[in-house]
Amino acid sequence: MELLGYFNYFVFVVLLMIGLYAVISKVNLVKKLIGLSIFQSAVFLMYITMDKVEGGTAPIILAGMPEQIYSNPLPQVLILTAIVVGVSTLSLGLAIVVRINESYGTIEEDEILDAD
Amino acid sequence: MDLTPHLPALQVVVPMLAAPLIVLLKPRGLAWAGATAVAMLSFCIAIAMTIDVLQGKVFTYQMGGWAAPYGIELSVDAFSAVLLLVVSGAGALGMLAAHASVDQQIELERQPLFYSAWLLAMAGLIGIVVSADAFNIFVFMEISSLASYVLIAGGPDRRALPSVFKYLIMGTIGATFYLIGVGLVYMMTGTLNLADMEVRIQEVTELNPLLVAAGFITIGLALKAAVFPLHVWLPNAYTHAPHMVTMFLAACGTKVAIYVLIRFDFLVFQSALPGHSTQFASFLMPLAILGIVVASAVAVFEGHLKRLLGTSSVAQIGYIVLGASFLSAAGLSASVTHIFNHALAKGGLFLAVACLACHYRDLRLSQLAGAAKTMPWTAAALVICGLSLIGVPGTAGFISKWLLINAAMAQDNYSVLLVAVILLSSLMAVAYVWRIVETLYFGSTDNVAADGATDIIREAPLPLLLVTWLVALANIGFGFFPQLPISLSSGAASVLLGQLP
Repeated sequence: MELLGYFNYFVFVVLLMIGLYAVISKVNLVKKLIGLSIFQSAVFLMYITMDKVEGGTAPIILAGMPEQIYSNPLPQVLILTAIVVGVSTLSLGLAIVVRINESYGTIEEDEILDAD
Repeated sequence: MDLTPHLPALQVVVPMLAAPLIVLLKPRGLAWAGATAVAMLSFCIAIAMTIDVLQGKVFTYQMGGWAAPYGIELSVDAFSAVLLLVVSGAGALGMLAAHASVDQQIELERQPLFYSAWLLAMAGLIGIVVSADAFNIFVFMEISSLASYVLIAGGPDRRALPSVFKYLIMGTIGATFYLIGVGLVYMMTGTLNLADMEVRIQEVTELNPLLVAAGFITIGLALKAAVFPLHVWLPNAYTHAPHMVTMFLAACGTKVAIYVLIRFDFLVFQSALPGHSTQFASFLMPLAILGIVVASAVAVFEGHLKRLLGTSSVAQIGYIVLGASFLSAAGLSASVTHIFNHALAKGGLFLAVACLACHYRDLRLSQLAGAAKTMPWTAAALVICGLSLIGVPGTAGFISKWLLINAAMAQDNYSVLLVAVILLSSLMAVAYVWRIVETLYFGSTDNVAADGATDIIREAPLPLLLVTWLVALANIGFGFFPQLPISLSSGAASVLLGQLP
């Protein structure tokens, strides 16, 4: 059962490796970017997992409520920022792929290398 | 109102807020003028803070009045001051010189966007340096990286696009590794503020996550810093970028990542993990030595001027990492001095390249033969900065090589080997700088396709040439009066080693 408790972290590592594998092995630039996106999302999962406190709820203090256990809100806020960063990286990457397609007529890495 | 306490915040906020406004300045030349004024203001702020830091002051600033460790803290000490001078100096002087070169390479209607991206890259790099918060550093790192991808891809050369795509992939992997490392440290310490982390990490008993975090952060930042063998994105990105962008990024882009790497490792990990300083040294020292030797050797045989200088940057990054891996005050201050001096030398060289590019579209060495006859002033400035890159006495480069050799001599193990490596790579630097000089001064002009005649003097536009000469003279000036970088870098070394037993 000890190992099952780390289930999310295993998923994190597996996703991370799937993403990294796609980035390294794929020749299609869009597939590379999909891999990069999976790679980044894996890290979001790690942050979200670590802020969970067992039995914790959303950290909202209400008058008249007894003392509650709250989940740590900070990693969620951090990941909100990291998601924004990830989305902007992805869109910039896709914009570059569009321009590569315009000037080379292909988005396969090997064909681009041959073209120059 | 006294603005002095707010300087660390203004340093970031001024270029960042100005960037979107610059986009609105459509009339010709106005965007450049605005961006130059902002970059200069930022440089002045950096100088003002450096003057205070030299007197032993350390700036700390609580963003929004929220006290650290709950709020985000900015801090500027001697180590940050060196990087601030380098980043804002390269940004401001590059911007001052950029007009002619940008006119040549970027279409008129896209120029405001280009200048805006320049200011964003500058704001991001400055932000990394002033932040005292691990996550904030990540955000600024991505701001600066995204802006520099845009800058590199902005030129007319289509080969810039695949290079920048590669840079984007590797840069994002590096930043994500850093993010994983920061997450693991946060998991164990519950804080993101670097100073607070330094204290709380002492109470951590389970050390394995920290060791993993140290690995992720070192590799991630080494990717960003183009430490050999993770440098493969650098030569292509530098070669195909617009000339002024190459100058800006070569002067400060990778050094900021080394700054974070050194600061994080020395302040956070080495005090908490027993034996980690040895791991740090024995991991990075071989990579640094290999980088110095291999990259210098490759540069000797390189045929394209910009790629040659870019490859030599990988070797110079090796020197900086080598100094840090000595773990001694002498090594660290040599390394920080080299950050400053290499920015001067390489910045000057790439400025001279931008001058040459005004008349020579093709920057392969074979096409530049005899260029000294048409552009004597540019060629002379290039020679001065080249001498500084080699480390000839009387130039800035000599000071840091001298400090580095002294630090290597003081090492217990392998000191002879280290000195030999430094001297060997300096000889290789002589070889590749000589190849440039030989082509420019003594090359035969028969097969050269320059714009116009090759036997009359046609210099680069005056602002560009003046800034190039300013930097070239600074190389000589800091060679004879090295007090500023040396006192700042010895201050930096004592900050970094303050926590070591």
